[in-house]
Amino acid sequence: MADHTEHPEHSHLSDTDLRVRALESLLTEKGLVDGEALNAIVDTYENKVGPRNGARVVARAWVDSEYRAWLLRDGTAAIDSLGYASTQGADIVVLENTAEVHNMTVCTLCSCYPWPVLGLPPALYKSFPYRSRAVKDPRGVLREFGQDIPEDVEVRVWDSTSEVRYLVLPERPAGTEGLDEEALAELVTRNSMIGTDRLKGNNG
Amino acid sequence: MTSDVNVPTQADLPSLPRDEDGPVFDEPWQAQAFAMTVWLHEQGHFTWPEWAEHLGAEIAAAVGEGDPDLGDTYYLHWLKALETLVAEKGLLTAGALADRKEAWDRAAHATPHGQPIVLPPDA
Repeated sequence: MADHTEHPEHSHLSDTDLRVRALESLLTEKGLVDGEALNAIVDTYENKVGPRNGARVVARAWVDSEYRAWLLRDGTAAIDSLGYASTQGADIVVLENTAEVHNMTVCTLCSCYPWPVLGLPPALYKSFPYRSRAVKDPRGVLREFGQDIPEDVEVRVWDSTSEVRYLVLPERPAGTEGLDEEALAELVTRNSMIGTDRLKGNNG
Repeated sequence: MTSDVNVPTQADLPSLPRDEDGPVFDEPWQAQAFAMTVWLHEQGHFTWPEWAEHLGAEIAAAVGEGDPDLGDTYYLHWLKALETLVAEKGLLTAGALADRKEAWDRAAHATPHGQPIVLPPDA
């Protein structure tokens, strides 16, 4: 036993931590999971997937009109072609923002989200008030994100399901004609691909 | 295609798992719960729609009980859905999970602060 004079403390794990350890240790003993595989998954989603995959899809669509047409016609296949295969068996439908239409996505049921291209959902997407208000008052939600959508632009809200996820293709910002694909991808934010952000051009 | 898609490696992102919109996981257990679910699904133990249905049901139940559901409880619902689903699929029983949770609690209590907590071999 350790010396108890100064800090007579034993360790304490939270209830949640205990539950996760119970699950993981039992599943490991049964050979159903292994630590290496779990670490690889966490690493992939934390560091490799992220919204950068989606940003590269968007940048490719901006520079390559054939790719863009394919992406809008069959998002799942066009995204898979860049190596970002969906592991969840859900189709990804790509929604094009234009001068006339602004798309935003939401999942009112359970925060379904296009992980393979956007990484893990941001906190707001996991929030019930966001999910429900986005459907009832999309312009109000967008205003809170600093996006005042002009009245003559139609706002469309898309509710994801476990079978269909949506990815918004934002408009290419003005003043980016000279940028290459990689530089363009740097401009694309995750929220622009959810539809709560619109991209600003380099020249204002 | 001239170059393959340049996926950033860990070396490109040396700091916390964070992107421009904040941390990906708030606590390590969330990452573990997430990874176990993805792995079990990849191994074919359940379909993604089955998973989504369970998670959705947990969230709906919590909201019904007054959870304001601001996103901070998302992975708690996730964990509960996973516990339910592994029991339903016969991968583990609820009883085994409860016993093992107790064993971890005893192990924590028996471990001086700051030392790694390990389960005794007879747990």
